[in-house]
Amino acid sequence: MSAVFFFIAAIAAVTGAIGVVSLRNPFYAVLSLAFHLVSLAALFLLLRAEFVAAAQVVVYAGAVMVLYVFVVAYVGGGESLPSGAVLRVLGPLFALALVIELSIAMLGSGLSGVKHKGAPYVLGFGTPGHIGNLLLTKYLFPFEAASILLLVAAVGAVVLARRRAGLEDTTEGETPDAIRISTAQPGYVGTMAEAAGVRPSPQEEPLEPEVEPVGGSARVERGGW
Amino acid sequence: MPIGWYLVVSALIFCIGAGGVLVRRDPLVILLCLELMLNGANLALVAFARMWGGESGQIFALIVMVVAACEVTVGLGLIVAIYRRRLPVDVDELSELHG
Repeated sequence: MSAVFFFIAAIAAVTGAIGVVSLRNPFYAVLSLAFHLVSLAALFLLLRAEFVAAAQVVVYAGAVMVLYVFVVAYVGGGESLPSGAVLRVLGPLFALALVIELSIAMLGSGLSGVKHKGAPYVLGFGTPGHIGNLLLTKYLFPFEAASILLLVAAVGAVVLARRRAGLEDTTEGETPDAIRISTAQPGYVGTMAEAAGVRPSPQEEPLEPEVEPVGGSARVERGGW
Repeated sequence: MPIGWYLVVSALIFCIGAGGVLVRRDPLVILLCLELMLNGANLALVAFARMWGGESGQIFALIVMVVAACEVTVGLGLIVAIYRRRLPVDVDELSELHG
C-alpha cells in the first residue's frame, strides 16, 4: 500500500518539477512549484517525518509561494525569454548526466540501508515533540544561527527593495488622482488573468481611453449637438 | 519502499532544478529552480534520517528550509529592485559584474 502512495507522490513531485522548468509563464511555474511542494510533503509523510511535512505545507507551499505570486503579479510575467542556443542543448544533457551519476553514486555506495525500508520505527519518531526537544537541546546553536539568519535576510530584503529618492520617475506611485481616473484601463488590469499573462480577446477590450472632445468632428456627428 | 527509491527521486528533482537553472533566463524562474534543488536535497536528508533512525537529518532539513526562505526574501527583493530601476529582468542582460 505504501508503494502505491510512494509512486503517486513521486510521479506528482517529478511532474511538478518538470512543469517548473518547462512552463513558459512564470505564474504557472509558481503554481507548478506549489503542486510539487505538496506532493513532496506526502513523500515526507511516507518517511515518517510528520513535523517536516507539516512545516513544508504551511511555510513553503503556504507563505513562500504567496510571496512568489505577489512578485510575479508585481513584475508581470508572461513574456517568455528564449534560452541561449548552446545552453538549451547542453543544460538538459548536463542534468541527465548528473542524475545518472548521482544514482550510481548513491545506489552503488554499498550502504546496506539503501536496499531496506529503514531503521525500525520508534514510537514518536519525527513528531513535533521529538523535533522540538532536539532543536532546543542538542541543536540549539543551529537553531539560534537560523533565527539570526532570518533577521539578517528580513533587514536585507527591506534595504534592497525600498524606494530610493531620485531613482525613479514620478509616473509610479505619485500619479495625481485626476490623471489616474481619466485613463481608462483594460478590464483585466489587477486580475489573475493579468498576472498569468492571459489577455482577453481584442474585441472585449476597451479600445481607447475616453478622451474629452476638444474640437473633434467625429464626436459631433455621433452625439448630434 | 526501500530507501534507494527516495534517493533516486531526490536526485531526479535536484537535477531537474539544476537543468532549469542552466536553461532558463528569467531570474524569477531561476529562483524557483533553486527551490527545486533545495527540495531535492531535503528529500535526501529526510530519507537518510529514516534510514538511520535518527532525527538529525530532519532537523537539518528544517534548517535548509529556513535558509531557503532567506534566499527567497533576498532574491525577490533583488528582483523587485531590478524592476524598479527599469532594468531588464533577464540574467543575460544583467552582466555588469562579470569579470
